[in-house]
Amino acid sequence: MTASAATEPRRKSASLISGATGDWEVVIGLEVHAQVNSRAKLFSGASTEFGSAPNSNVSLVDAAMPGMLPVINRECVAQAVRTGLGLKAGINLVSVFDRKNYFYPDLPQGYQISQYKQPIVGEGEVEIDVDGDVIRVGIERLHLEQDAGKSIHDQSPEHSFVDLNRSGVALMEIVSRPDLRSAREAQAYVTKLRTILRYLGTCDGDMEKGNLRADVNVSVRKPGAPFGTRCEIKNVNSIRFIGQAVETEARRQIAIIEDGGRIDQETRLFDPQKGETRSMRSKEEAHDYRYFPDPDLLPLELEQSWVDELAKGLPELPDAKRARFMDAYGLSPYDAAVLVAERESADYFEAVVAGGKAGPVDGKLAANWVINELFGRLNKEGLEIGKSPVSAGQIGAIVGLITSGTISGKIAKDLFEIVWAEGGDPVTIVETRGMKQVTDTGALEKAVDDIIAKNPDKVEQVKAKPTMLGWFVGQVMKASGGKANPQAVNDILKAKLGI
Amino acid sequence: MTELTKLTLAEARKGLVAKSFSAVELTEAFIAAIEAANPHLNAYVLPTPEHALAQARASDARIAAGTARPLEGLPIGHKDLFCTKDVRTTACSRVLGDFKPTYESTVGQNLWDAGAIMLGKLNNDEFAMGSSNETSCFGPVVSPWRRMRNGQADNAKLVPGGSSGGSSSAVSADLCLAATATDTGGSIRQPAALTGTVGIKPTYGRCSRWGIVAFASSLDQAGPIAKTVEDAALMLRHMASFDAKDSTSVDAPVPDYTAALGKGVKGLRVGIPKEYRVDGMSAEAEALWQKGIDWLRSAGATIHDISLPHTKYALPAYYIVAPAECSSNLARYDGVRYGLRVPGKDLIDTYEATRAAGFGKEVRRRVLIGTYVLSAGYYDAYYLKAQKVRTLIKRDFDEAWNSVDVVLTPTTPSPAFAQGEKSGDPVAMYLEDIFTVTVNMAGLPGISVPAGLSGEGTPLGLQLIGKPFDEATLFQAGHVIEEAAGHFRVPAKWWR
Repeated sequence: MTASAATEPRRKSASLISGATGDWEVVIGLEVHAQVNSRAKLFSGASTEFGSAPNSNVSLVDAAMPGMLPVINRECVAQAVRTGLGLKAGINLVSVFDRKNYFYPDLPQGYQISQYKQPIVGEGEVEIDVDGDVIRVGIERLHLEQDAGKSIHDQSPEHSFVDLNRSGVALMEIVSRPDLRSAREAQAYVTKLRTILRYLGTCDGDMEKGNLRADVNVSVRKPGAPFGTRCEIKNVNSIRFIGQAVETEARRQIAIIEDGGRIDQETRLFDPQKGETRSMRSKEEAHDYRYFPDPDLLPLELEQSWVDELAKGLPELPDAKRARFMDAYGLSPYDAAVLVAERESADYFEAVVAGGKAGPVDGKLAANWVINELFGRLNKEGLEIGKSPVSAGQIGAIVGLITSGTISGKIAKDLFEIVWAEGGDPVTIVETRGMKQVTDTGALEKAVDDIIAKNPDKVEQVKAKPTMLGWFVGQVMKASGGKANPQAVNDILKAKLGI
Repeated sequence: MTELTKLTLAEARKGLVAKSFSAVELTEAFIAAIEAANPHLNAYVLPTPEHALAQARASDARIAAGTARPLEGLPIGHKDLFCTKDVRTTACSRVLGDFKPTYESTVGQNLWDAGAIMLGKLNNDEFAMGSSNETSCFGPVVSPWRRMRNGQADNAKLVPGGSSGGSSSAVSADLCLAATATDTGGSIRQPAALTGTVGIKPTYGRCSRWGIVAFASSLDQAGPIAKTVEDAALMLRHMASFDAKDSTSVDAPVPDYTAALGKGVKGLRVGIPKEYRVDGMSAEAEALWQKGIDWLRSAGATIHDISLPHTKYALPAYYIVAPAECSSNLARYDGVRYGLRVPGKDLIDTYEATRAAGFGKEVRRRVLIGTYVLSAGYYDAYYLKAQKVRTLIKRDFDEAWNSVDVVLTPTTPSPAFAQGEKSGDPVAMYLEDIFTVTVNMAGLPGISVPAGLSGEGTPLGLQLIGKPFDEATLFQAGHVIEEAAGHFRVPAKWWR
């Protein structure tokens, strides 16, 4: 815990919680457990596939049969290194696997193989953006470890069952520094971390399947005071619950302290149904894990050249992509952030910008269309971007038609509806259905003349109040069935009305 | 057919190749010998005669077809610490119950692939923890040797050493041509020394540990116990291999060790470490050591006094490292998935009842010691310090290799003792390993070669310690000692 944390300037998102004795600041650090994206387990060749029949993905090693030995899976190591590089962290060329000893039926070896003193990844950082403040969250370390199996207690009144499919699956434990100051910051951090992992392809981030879960360390203090005693809330498995758990736990701690009590360091569980945290075990009951280096495994030594190779193969990460979107396409920070939140959205956007046959289109307009029209519609229908009925090429074509003045924005929305419902090439649809914008000056002049002739009173009014022009534009547009080019209508009206 | 059982592995191999007898005849001779002796010696915990005969028939077919493999048709015993596919494997512990592995250890598979025949599973100290083979859940193994006291034959049952006591007893009693064994702190060399047989613990990483029930992973190594140096060389050649399934296995070629035999020791530099002159060493062990020095010198070796200054810390450090690892390695025997389960009122109770009933006293003692030395607050004082000692012991040897090629020491401070003489005093028992544990701590190869008989007429051995992966030199020098000392066979098969 750093002393500087106490003196850093306040930021908007670091909301204070007011108690009876004044304002309190909440201090949060997270240990995120992310399942490594790999076909086989960390130390065995068994499959990591989700949803298989219980105990079907279990090797002799995973079941801890006598005489079985662990052999490290190279791909899991590569994934941890990629993640470390993505977190701008130092990669430790020598790391050591230890045994964490405890008894439980879903832990067949009687110990978990984990990295205790010498993790594979050292210090790094994650940048989060909350309310326009950029916050740098320190990463203390990332280490590799085995997941345990699953104990099932609700299938029989007399027996518990054990499913070892998860036993031995590789996890990355990513430990942050206590740099977060509100539930929203904690949520933003996990969201960002999840985005980075998904970009890297090192964890699918699926929290519903438990492939990403967090232990949340919470303490409270008066602003500027030293850190308070923390409690660890175990295994929180959604971003919404992380926020709720922080709020709930912070308020519980404030109430205790303001009542003259003190916080005991302990492990707690968050119950989202009851909206409370409950004690799991106190510090005194904490296990003595008797860590020691696993004698079945030699220290893990990496070649710098191999790490460099992995670094070269990394994809563009969200921060870099966002900066590029702002720079290359002139997007606002907000729009760029929305687009890069998922790699699929960002890729979709860039495909839109590439445009249809007519070539690249305006980035800002493309972003508007993707965020407002497409995302809006997808959200309404509850669809993922991968399931969008409208392709990036189709949106690109629509945006191209707007830019070239072939259709108006309003017609474009109708066109989008047609493409959404029926599919097809937007350019052809515009042709065959007569949706082209009318820019023929003669036709427009006639329409303008008609309106002026029919509304002498309005003509008087607009001369006194030029903003009335909008009413005339509206009338002409209406008469043209929306196909008139609004800019041309505007110009003709101004000339004819002499304003 | 009893004569066949007296053959060495090399002699039997020649006989089979010359078709002087068949693999089935050879195997039947051993099956008969085991039937007669085992009720008295308890060397085998599970004879597998049908399995052996089936293998023997297949071997005869191969010999007839001219497709014999290097160990074709040679019956051996297999320590019960090695997992054997579909054959009960217990590590001689109640906790494994009737456990039948679905897999074969790499060392076992290597031997069967070379044509060897398995006569059965051999007794050992429970989880290889012991130096007298008295901790087995199947009861103690008896040595075929008997001692003379005051000119009288003493009928006290002598221990065959441990933990590979089944292996040493069976080899010395002609109940197999050779046997597999394992050595964590001396479990091959000490029983070999006590029974007049040859035992070699190869360099750590030489033999795969895959499929061997683990005791202390950083120290465990497989190796053979055999009647002669040549037989041990033959066996090790076909036990050793690189194995991708064992991360600590070393990818180095396995030479033909028999090629080293007969090369002599002219110019070989032999180190004599002064720290091995310990209190409590018997006068006869000391005298035999001197004899060994003389034999090697007269064969052309040069003798050099050396110092291995951290030797005295080896045994205490070993009795921290080995129990620490065993306390963790044995955690898997929890009654949940296989082996013994003693149901209790809840989970913790089931664990406690299962492990209390499943583990014998010595195993429980070591699990407790190991748990203690790894506990928060004690780790640095015990485990970490022991690991530092280990580094210093390795360094001692690294220094020594600058001036010598092998190190010669006694294997044990004294000859075989009788059942019950030391089993009540763990420290006295642990002192049996005083000359052997350093080799495990340093990961080096060590061989024990029979060198003479004590005043009681029981065997004593000399130990040669070599550089990493230099087993060939151990066979070379061991063969010179063997030729000078002669062979020591059990004088009378008193159980017949």
